[in-house]
Amino acid sequence: MIRALTLFLCLIGTAALSESMKLAVTTSFHNSGLSDVLLPVLLEETGLEVQLLIVGTGQALRLGRAGDVDAILVHSRADEDVFVAEGFAPYRREIMYNDFVFIGPSSDPAGIANAASIEQVLNRIAIEKALFVSRGDDSGTHKKERALWQAAALDTETFGAWYKAVGSGMGASLNTASALNAYILADRASWLNFRNKSDLKLLSSRHPELFNQYAYLPINPDKHPHVNVEASQLFENWLTSSRSEHLINAHRINDEALFVFNASK
Amino acid sequence: MVALVPIATLKDVTVKRRGKTILGPISHGLESAGFTIVLGPNGAGKTTLLNALHGVERLSDGSVTWTSPDHASYKDQAFVFQRPIMLRRTVRQNLAYPLQLLGHNKNEIETEVMDWVGRVGLNGVLDHFAPRLSGGEKQKLALARALIQKPKVLFLDEPCANLDGRSTREIETVLSEVNTAGTSVIMTTHDLGQARRLASDVVFLLNGQIHETGLAPHVFEAPKTPEAKAFFQGDIVE
Amino acid sequence: MNEIWAGLLAAFHLIVTLDGDLVEITLRSLQVSLSALVIASALALPFGTWLAIRRFRFRRATIATLNALMGLPPVVVGLIVYLLLSRSGPFGVLGLLFTPTAMIIAQVVIITPLIASITHQAMRELWAEYHDLLISLNTSNRQRVLTLIWDGRRALLTGALAGFGRAIGEVGAIMIVGGNIDNATRVLTTAIALETGKGNFALALGLGFVLIALALLVNFAIHALSRTERHSTW
Ligand SMILES: Nc1ncnc2c1ncn2[C@@H]1O[C@H](COP(=O)(O)OP(=O)(O)OP(=O)(O)O)[C@@H](O)[C@H]1O
Ligand SMILES: [Mg+2]
Repeated sequence: MIRALTLFLCLIGTAALSESMKLAVTTSFHNSGLSDVLLPVLLEETGLEVQLLIVGTGQALRLGRAGDVDAILVHSRADEDVFVAEGFAPYRREIMYNDFVFIGPSSDPAGIANAASIEQVLNRIAIEKALFVSRGDDSGTHKKERALWQAAALDTETFGAWYKAVGSGMGASLNTASALNAYILADRASWLNFRNKSDLKLLSSRHPELFNQYAYLPINPDKHPHVNVEASQLFENWLTSSRSEHLINAHRINDEALFVFNASK
Repeated sequence: MVALVPIATLKDVTVKRRGKTILGPISHGLESAGFTIVLGPNGAGKTTLLNALHGVERLSDGSVTWTSPDHASYKDQAFVFQRPIMLRRTVRQNLAYPLQLLGHNKNEIETEVMDWVGRVGLNGVLDHFAPRLSGGEKQKLALARALIQKPKVLFLDEPCANLDGRSTREIETVLSEVNTAGTSVIMTTHDLGQARRLASDVVFLLNGQIHETGLAPHVFEAPKTPEAKAFFQGDIVE
Repeated sequence: MNEIWAGLLAAFHLIVTLDGDLVEITLRSLQVSLSALVIASALALPFGTWLAIRRFRFRRATIATLNALMGLPPVVVGLIVYLLLSRSGPFGVLGLLFTPTAMIIAQVVIITPLIASITHQAMRELWAEYHDLLISLNTSNRQRVLTLIWDGRRALLTGALAGFGRAIGEVGAIMIVGGNIDNATRVLTTAIALETGKGNFALALGLGFVLIALALLVNFAIHALSRTERHSTW
């Protein structure tokens, strides 16, 4: 046991040697498989190791505020603006976007597949009182979903038992929806990578409101002097390079592109 | 040749358990001629008295003062309990334990252990697990473990209760030897024959009180109290 | 049923191919939980024993607290350790958050009360048995504690194993303080949570079987060790 302890101490010792930074990202970034495409290339080309903390947007913002990470990559515009206004990040830089999709039972009891607008999609679900699983965890996806209900003039507080806020990550929520055969709002990447689809099917997407902008926010060293500014700058430069643009646009699952690179170079 | 010398002063010694006084209050100058036998019927308080003298029994009141500072502390005394306490170790390790506590070196311990294991006749079970020994073997081990400490005062609470006739005689020989070598012995027994063989002096206990004391020949031949007389004749005393 | 079968197959595949990630994650799990076990035992065994032999004023309150701490949900421990180690927390300067050290700290907090409580139970009995002898032999407190720990080591081993089981199977706390970072703080349980989140049940279950196998293995190993050691004496 003492040997295990020494071994372990040695391992921490060596881990600290290489250049690395901590990045809080949303679940979708990782679940899409994009991180597995980008990070090894980054490591090879620049020697920078990015340690990912895969969390919801709410927690990513918290980790950033506390200075526990060097940068965050999230998708929740309003929160990002507040974050910058409070000075926790000097700026936000748009990187890419993906989109949200409505998933539901293949029988589509609410008939959302042929709805003309998001407002119609949501109204049909609400009128039908079809089972709907909400992330309920204050993540970017959850915030998006709430904003959509609000825009459709529907109050989630008044919903009955058919509206289930599960308070879990995308994967766990998808598992729940799959088990209940319920409707759910998911990001396309998580959905395409999801392996437990059962009877669920993609029913509605490509509405303009469903686009989802990712932004990179380095933590301000004025707030947290210990952050690795060099590393986060290096990562930002690489992430907005043509190399990264190519990798992001070329990343496909089942022959579907997931992300569109739109960083200003 | 034998003369009583004061060894300890008991002042208001009282032991109460669950509101009941099981010993005392005793105020008494304890005198010994070297081998003190404590006698009395079951429940008289013999074990409690020995425990109180040694200091493993919490006194409810009073105090015990040893006359000679050489007798006063735990390290000058050793105790063989009525129900032998076996460490969950081998016989060898049980014997070595008191010496290890004192920081003796390995060779010394080995020599002493082998010496004592021979004297109490436990050679055959040296590496057996002590809690699995027979009642008699446990008694012998507990005695050897007490003697290996070379105590100035040795307390024995019915050390021969589980022993057969032969083992009893062997143990009595050992006890006489250590007593001659200068160890004061304070021992309880229900074996009146043994008491007569070993005692230099007697403490007769009844109902938690010291009822009668004196040199062994006097007490046995001419007890002053009718209760002691009856007890020595094998009658029931209350 | 189908899924369990697929999980078994996945586990089998991972093990026979000595999957690199699996080996790394498994070793890290062992590293973290064994370190936590060693540290927790070093604290809990003497403390639990001391609690059994000493009478002091707040003894009952201490024991009650210990038992309450034993039921503390790991996530709460994780959250508290997180807040303490966060850069904005009191120990932020140490930079320990999201490192294996943070995970070890959280696990130590989780299993120390458990081991101490089991130790206390076992040692109370042994102390009742040894009490008169150890007092008569004029032992110091230190000697008493050491003697009890040594002679009660079988019961303590059980306590330590319970602690290890709880540590290696724990996910809530180490997810929060470790962050489940690939190649840095990902262990079996957090990997299982991650794969479950991806709906990748077969792999998650496979990792789960590895975890069970590992726990069994450590249990057997420790029991075997203690048996060979006892063999000569019993
Ligand atoms: N912890 C206790 N609580 C209550 N009563 C006790 C306790 N310990 C001893 N006693 C009682 O005190 C009395 C004296 O006990 P003690 O063991 O001293 O007797 P003894 O003379 O040694 O008897 P024996 O010859 O049977 O060994 C007994 O009646 C016993 O039941
Ligand atoms: Mg008795």
